[in-house]
Amino acid sequence: MTTLAQRTTTAEAQAGLGFHLEALSLGYSRDLVLREIELEVVPGEVLVIVGSSGSGKSTLLRSLAGLLRPYSGRVLAGGAEVAATSGDRAMVFQDDGLLPWRTVRRNVELPLRIRRIPRRERAAAAHAWIGRVGLAGSEDKLPRELSGGMRQRVQLARALVGAPRAVLMDEPFGALDAQTRAQMQRLLLDVLRDTRATVVFVTHDVDEALLLADRVVVLERQGIRSVIEVPGPRDPDADRGELRARILEEL
Amino acid sequence: MGARRWSGVVKVASLLAAAGLWQLLTVTDARLWLTFDRLPTLDEIAGEAARRLATSVFYLDLLQSLVRILTGFGLAAVAGLAVGIAVARSPHTRDVVLPLLEALRPIPAIALVPVAILLFPTDEQGIVFITFVAAFFPIMVSTRHAVRALPTLWEDAVKTLGGGRRHVLWNVVLPGILPGLFGGLSVGMGVAWICVISAEMISGEFGVGYRTWQSYTLVDYPAVIVGMITIGLLGWLTSAAIELIGRKATRWLPRAEGSTA
Repeated sequence: MTTLAQRTTTAEAQAGLGFHLEALSLGYSRDLVLREIELEVVPGEVLVIVGSSGSGKSTLLRSLAGLLRPYSGRVLAGGAEVAATSGDRAMVFQDDGLLPWRTVRRNVELPLRIRRIPRRERAAAAHAWIGRVGLAGSEDKLPRELSGGMRQRVQLARALVGAPRAVLMDEPFGALDAQTRAQMQRLLLDVLRDTRATVVFVTHDVDEALLLADRVVVLERQGIRSVIEVPGPRDPDADRGELRARILEEL
Repeated sequence: MGARRWSGVVKVASLLAAAGLWQLLTVTDARLWLTFDRLPTLDEIAGEAARRLATSVFYLDLLQSLVRILTGFGLAAVAGLAVGIAVARSPHTRDVVLPLLEALRPIPAIALVPVAILLFPTDEQGIVFITFVAAFFPIMVSTRHAVRALPTLWEDAVKTLGGGRRHVLWNVVLPGILPGLFGGLSVGMGVAWICVISAEMISGEFGVGYRTWQSYTLVDYPAVIVGMITIGLLGWLTSAAIELIGRKATRWLPRAEGSTA
């Protein structure tokens, strides 16, 4: 028998969640952010959404999470219409998504507490994930005692500890300096290798998109401008000049 | 000398200076525009205090006032918290409850004394009721504002981790409003003392307020001052207790470097 800690930190995680967007419009009647978009998110893929600010990247992500109801159209997750939030679709926010009164350990344990996982199992899983994101020894610190990069590591551990089938990331490294951002990207790639969760990642950084994505969706003027396949393997040193130029042109 | 120690010296010196000025004005029976000739001197007050402290009535009064205030304030804290959260989070509750509360809020609690006398079988319950009403509003209003000021991000985070309304309440709303709530509790405790003492002066047997007023009607001025000092100390102690608990409960708040306030 495997423990929860093993299950959530190894490849035994559940299969990723697929999304199907049908004629989806988001926003308010006179002020639609996205109009009748169609999109398929393949289970287990890393889909990166890029677009200039105000293009509706975060809005789209919030509707996948169930935090925002469609103005019209539907969002299906694993074949079922998304009507509310679920622990199966964990979200990582840009900054300050941690509960400031909870220590690192208690923030990471939160999704397991919500699911009434017994204390001992909860502690073991949190411990494993805190180590996995490189924060062993900081378990009892409060968020205000951590740097921006460390806080995002905690958010990552908290999102993944419950073995969600999809992770929705809203510019998670957007507020970090270049060096920390590169470290976090490497950590994310490393962690993703062990999970089968689908990842939808929002960024405005084209290089970040190319590094992480299986596919890149370019949003523009209320719709999807293009969907670009990024051939693997993911490698920070790979030369993707041609793709980069293409995406920048689309933007 | 360290800045901290110096600050302590200044605080003590300030109190001593005020006491010295009082002594000067009362010993010389000063009749300026204000008249001090009937007010007791420090030694008269100290003598009276020593006499009072040796009687059991003093402690009975103290206990009675404390029981009243802690009952009224405790009920107000629970009710103010519950109503404040309900009104801020449920539009339906807000529409039902808020107009009524907003209509009652401007009425000073002490103006409810006649109603309290008519409403309750005993004076005791009336006094607790008035204390309750006094403390309820600041606690309810500060809770409501604190709930509304919560960033939606924390709620979104808990929801996308699988949490429902109950989880949001326990893990986001209750801890998140503590800084604002303690502000309300502090103000609530202040007005609760004002009202319990005033209510005791109007009706009641026993209680620091009752004793102080009785001393005045008996022309026992040193005892009046002893009563005032007792009330001041009680108010200060209870406020300090709230302050202390509040600071412990909100240790996660970012604090300015080197701040001691």
